[in-house]
Amino acid sequence: MRRLLRAKDRMDAVSHEEWPVRRLAHASGVSEAHFARSFKQAFGVPPHRYLLTRRVERATALLRDTDLSITEIAFHTGWGSLGTFGRTFRDVTGESPGAIRARERAGAYELGRVPACFLSAAHRPDLTIAVSEKRRQVAGGMNGSDETEVP
Amino acid sequence: MSQGVEMVGLYVRDQDEALAFYVEKLGFRVHTDVRNGDYRWLTVQHPDQPSFQLGLFTPGPPVLDAATAQTVRAIVAKGAMPPLVLVVDDCRAACDRMRARGVEVTQEPVARFGSVDAGFRDPSGNGWKLIEARR
Repeated sequence: MRRLLRAKDRMDAVSHEEWPVRRLAHASGVSEAHFARSFKQAFGVPPHRYLLTRRVERATALLRDTDLSITEIAFHTGWGSLGTFGRTFRDVTGESPGAIRARERAGAYELGRVPACFLSAAHRPDLTIAVSEKRRQVAGGMNGSDETEVP
Repeated sequence: MSQGVEMVGLYVRDQDEALAFYVEKLGFRVHTDVRNGDYRWLTVQHPDQPSFQLGLFTPGPPVLDAATAQTVRAIVAKGAMPPLVLVVDDCRAACDRMRARGVEVTQEPVARFGSVDAGFRDPSGNGWKLIEARR
């Protein structure tokens, strides 16, 4: 368990880097098969989803605290393209990066009083289902499937 | 006599290991180390803070039954225990010193919110923040 925490800490430290299971297993010093199963068991989410929520949290913090453009933030937080970033971000949080930025900045919080790491732990989105599943649910709820869409 | 919090306890997986960590790597001092059978009351103290003790306890009988102790050990190892903060004058220097002594630094020093903070863990998995005192 302590070894798994080491891999989670490494993801937290450099969440913008790629974390294939092989690398995570190596950081923990366990086999790949064992890693994927036991990480989910210990922390309640599969490692790739944990990484995704950590990246979304990082992006939200950068939107709130910096003047970096949304494109810069997408690349800083490990996404390969602005499109993927925007779509995934919206799927996870329900809002676009721009909307979150506007809202977070409008609120005058005393976040400076909370040590940053606790803040980031608290702001990590609680993603209990896979993003693809979430998308399916939204699509299903919109009364019709993607296939009916004809340009 | 002044009133206030005198001691806060942490769960650790091994008291000898924790003692070595907090004393040799972080520079704490032993305040109390008393045994009664299998039970060991162990507290350490920051050298600049004589009014506060940090307790280092292993979960187990007679205080906790074996199954509960096992659960608590897992919780500690997962890093799920509540936040701990150590305040220092110079976060980067403290971090370098700790790393040189083999402390597991989990977050490099970052300047934000008008201070500098870093993160490390004790051998058991308890997560500490290292925060530079604001001047």
